[in-house]
Amino acid sequence: MEFSEHIKTANVEDVVLRRPFHPPMQGTLCVTGHHLLFSNRDGDSSRLVLLLLRNIDAIEKRPSVSSGTITLKCKDLCVLQLDIPGMEECLNIARSIEYLSSLDIVSDMYPFFYRPLKLSLQDQWGLSSPEQNYAQMEELQDRWRLSHVNKDYSVCPSYPPAVIVPHSIDDETLVKVAKFRQGGRFPVLCYYHRKNGMVIMRSSQPLTGANRKRCREDELLLQAVIDGSGLGYIIDTRSNQQAQQARMTGGGFESKSSYSCWKRLHRQLERGKVLQESLIKLVEACGDHSHSVDRWLSKLENSKWLSHVHTALATAGLLAECVERDGHSVLVHGSEGTDATLLVSSLAQLILDPNTRTLDGFLGLLEREWLLAGHPFQHRCAHSAYSHARLRLEAPVFVLLLDCVWQLARQFPLAMGFSEPLLLRLAREVYASDYGTFLCNSDQERCAAGVKERTHCLFQFLLKPSEREHYSNPLYEPTELAIWPSIQPQSLQLWRGLFLRWTQHAVHLEKAQEELRNLVIECRGAS
Amino acid sequence: MDHVEQVRLLERFSNKSTSGTLHLTATHLIFVESNNTATTILHHHIASVEKLSLTTSGCPLVIQCRNFRVVHFVVQRERDCHDIYSSLLRLLRPVSYDELYAFSYNPKQNEQQREEGWQLIDLGAEFERMGVPCDRWQLTDVNRDYKICETYPRDLYVPITASKPIIVGSSKFRSKGRFPVLTYFYQEKKAAVCRCSQPLSGFSARCLEDESMLQAISKANHNSRFVYVMDTRPKLNAMANRAAGKGYENEDNYSNIRFQFVGIENIHVMRTSLQKLLEVVGSRFLSVNDYLLGLESCGWLRHVKAVVDAAIFLTKAVTVEGASVLVHCSDGWDRTAQVCSLGALLMDPYYRTIKGFMVLIEKDWISFGHKFADRCDQLDGDPKEVSPVFTQFLECVWQLTEQFPQAFEFSEWLLLQIHEHVHSCQYGNFLANNQRRREELQLGDRTHSLWAFLLREQQNYLNPAYCPTYADTHPVLEPSTLPCHFKFWRNMYHQFDRSMHPRQSVLKNVLTLKESNCQLEDTIKDLETVSTCIKSNFICHIQMVSRYPVLTTSACLAFPTDPVLTTSRTVEGSSGTERKESYSDLQGTYGAKAEPAVVSLEFGVARMTC
Repeated sequence: MEFSEHIKTANVEDVVLRRPFHPPMQGTLCVTGHHLLFSNRDGDSSRLVLLLLRNIDAIEKRPSVSSGTITLKCKDLCVLQLDIPGMEECLNIARSIEYLSSLDIVSDMYPFFYRPLKLSLQDQWGLSSPEQNYAQMEELQDRWRLSHVNKDYSVCPSYPPAVIVPHSIDDETLVKVAKFRQGGRFPVLCYYHRKNGMVIMRSSQPLTGANRKRCREDELLLQAVIDGSGLGYIIDTRSNQQAQQARMTGGGFESKSSYSCWKRLHRQLERGKVLQESLIKLVEACGDHSHSVDRWLSKLENSKWLSHVHTALATAGLLAECVERDGHSVLVHGSEGTDATLLVSSLAQLILDPNTRTLDGFLGLLEREWLLAGHPFQHRCAHSAYSHARLRLEAPVFVLLLDCVWQLARQFPLAMGFSEPLLLRLAREVYASDYGTFLCNSDQERCAAGVKERTHCLFQFLLKPSEREHYSNPLYEPTELAIWPSIQPQSLQLWRGLFLRWTQHAVHLEKAQEELRNLVIECRGAS
Repeated sequence: MDHVEQVRLLERFSNKSTSGTLHLTATHLIFVESNNTATTILHHHIASVEKLSLTTSGCPLVIQCRNFRVVHFVVQRERDCHDIYSSLLRLLRPVSYDELYAFSYNPKQNEQQREEGWQLIDLGAEFERMGVPCDRWQLTDVNRDYKICETYPRDLYVPITASKPIIVGSSKFRSKGRFPVLTYFYQEKKAAVCRCSQPLSGFSARCLEDESMLQAISKANHNSRFVYVMDTRPKLNAMANRAAGKGYENEDNYSNIRFQFVGIENIHVMRTSLQKLLEVVGSRFLSVNDYLLGLESCGWLRHVKAVVDAAIFLTKAVTVEGASVLVHCSDGWDRTAQVCSLGALLMDPYYRTIKGFMVLIEKDWISFGHKFADRCDQLDGDPKEVSPVFTQFLECVWQLTEQFPQAFEFSEWLLLQIHEHVHSCQYGNFLANNQRRREELQLGDRTHSLWAFLLREQQNYLNPAYCPTYADTHPVLEPSTLPCHFKFWRNMYHQFDRSMHPRQSVLKNVLTLKESNCQLEDTIKDLETVSTCIKSNFICHIQMVSRYPVLTTSACLAFPTDPVLTTSRTVEGSSGTERKESYSDLQGTYGAKAEPAVVSLEFGVARMTC
């Protein structure tokens, strides 16, 4: 294996491992192409700790004359420490970890090597296809069609091969519209509200530019969306000012004069660097062990993370309200339409659509609205909160989604078919995984890299009977009602399960949760 | 005037309002909506009434309650509004105890039940449970007639070596005569928690009897050569007291003590802090940042943490070092009560049960003379004496239940219900400032006991995650003092703001499940007995049928049982009707109502619609 050239020292004896909740352990450390392996033989019992190198976000080394200490800060926010005898060994290992934890080539990554006995590469990859999704929604088929205009990814590289568009719009028109939208992301249907036939569409910004270019086909497409109902809303996930400024760089927004039947609402959602820095500050605050309440609250405030949660939920609520209460269709976009847009549209679907709140439905939603819709996971999740590397395209949009879903689930603990452990698992898997699901930036890239043939699918795995039980919510009672979360600041909470996971007291809480869970299962079982 | 029609009740955090009729009775203010749901407010709960200036839609009347309910009425005619306003002002300010609700409240109980209610808690038995009297501690009768200290109970426990002259001398050297007495005995290490008020030391005064008293406390514990003296005040406050002839113990005079300040602020700071907190969380369009900044600047959580920190210090001294501790503040009835009771809660699993928690409050708060009447403003009194010291204690307990979900037999509903009734003046327990006064008022003969009421429906206050064996592995709780573990208690300070609550409660649901399961088990048992009698085949079938309805009722979140049970199972106070209403909201008639256009969206209020 070509990784071996990066492993100068593969084995070290008498290493001490320190990690949360466990007493220090002495044993043998072994570096492989994708893992750190720590084993200790204590009398008869031997224990093994396996750490995926991809999970390591930052590494700090303190070598001294005869030994060295390596601190590993992981993407799942856990911090580990290794005391390694021998300075050279320590440096070698640190170097291996640095290199191997940040492999760039997709096909070198662990999912391509992960071959568990229980899974077969012949198993189905993914939960559903655009064709199947379309086929399931019979109600919409007289007004909406499935277009294969993107079947070779040539019209929009970040879209799946098939998308749902108004019946009256032919593929030729779509090609023209795609040229008028950033990255070719022309408006497509992402949700159909059965109760009133209204829809949620998403796209990227129109390329109106400084001289207010128009695109007849784009206007036609949007007109076709609201055909008959007379009015639609556009939720722009940028502030009015940001949208105006975007024109200077060739972007823009739908002006009133060209899109007279559409009403624009601006809600500023942060993205990119701002969001990443927010996460970094929040994690830093959670790791600050000073004892001052004031300092904690001011750091929490300063991170702005909860504000982002608030804005995301508020905007999703607005979107859902436009559809459900006001009875109008909505187009949502920001600039690229691959981040905040997806966040808002998927949260709105959770609020409105009971089908997305089951375990299967939720994973299906993620597949549709994040994987197939082209959220650039590889870019966004290259590094997490500890990394010292210069920020490039990282942004915890998906973590923000999970946090918002957690807030929803906390306010409606019986309405969700899945449990907090699922959200925590996804938060971990999105950064470092044995499975291929979150690799690459789009469906096209995944196909090109052979992800679907050569790796295992996380979602399929999570739905296996053994896992399903663990990730289901025992209290689940399906409801057809829309669930409107309270977005008062007092109703939002810091997601302890994720951000304070590694503090000592998490143990008490987890135990209690487990106990409650067992109790419910027991009660339900008895009845 | 007894009722006013066409009054609108505005919802606090949304643009919704309901209209109905406002009734005033001798004890309650009742708002009956057109669909016959009623909001009932006890006059004693009302802290303030404010008449705002006239608007086009009518005359606004804002009522703030001590249980943190805020209601905003709009009365059409200004005259009516003024009438209500002035009637309320008159009703709000009882000047004598006889006017309080407890003396007229009649829950359809016979005399025997009422008397038994008062006998439920026996502090003598509680000290016996701790192992007192013993060879080192004894019961003293010096205060039998409240002659030494009128704010202490009659029965007091002191070291065996503390003779009467020592006690009397010491009491003369302590503020309000509150000399050091035992409040908790940690049997395992024979270490004692004692409490008192500040010494009248001034800059140089000393008192040999008081020194002997502390010596006696020290001698009663062979584990440690010294006694910790915890002054729960900030050092600056204690020093300022010296100028008034009070102060703190001088370590040079008391050879056997280790003196420690723990820095909990006084009642005035706490009052202002909570007021600020309520202002922050009461504003309608609060941003997340302003909320967090407000939480920080009001300092409330900082104060809560200071109390918990002090209790942790006390607990460590007693359980780890095996030392005895003497706790005091100025008068020894506010901060001292907080720290002693919270410390005992950490040390002794018994106090984490429902009954034990009542005993704890009865002992450290009621019997030792926390001035409930003054602090809770029961009679028209000095506003400077009002302070949320007891509320803060309940919050500290809540913070602990959040950290140790399996350690407490009770859920937060018990804390909320106790808080409700500390202010309701509906039961006799918390009336007046001390035991002596309570005896004069003959509360035991003329009122009912809250504890009996709570115990009768204790299944409503159970914590489903409670694990009785948790105490075996964790007899002493060691809470984290990391600030991130101190949270805003929404269910207390927004208990009536329905829109803010999770619309479904895990706690409620698990309790129902558990309960229906018990019922099922009973049914199954019954059926099994039947089946052994008739040995019939279709019994199984009956079992299936009998299970089904129970399950479905819990599934749609409606409580199958009697209204008394449902009433208290809400964080929304004690009104049963209101609860039903809240669930009708959940079941969702909302979509049917006409909604304003998107521009004035109402989003942000938790609810479910169809």
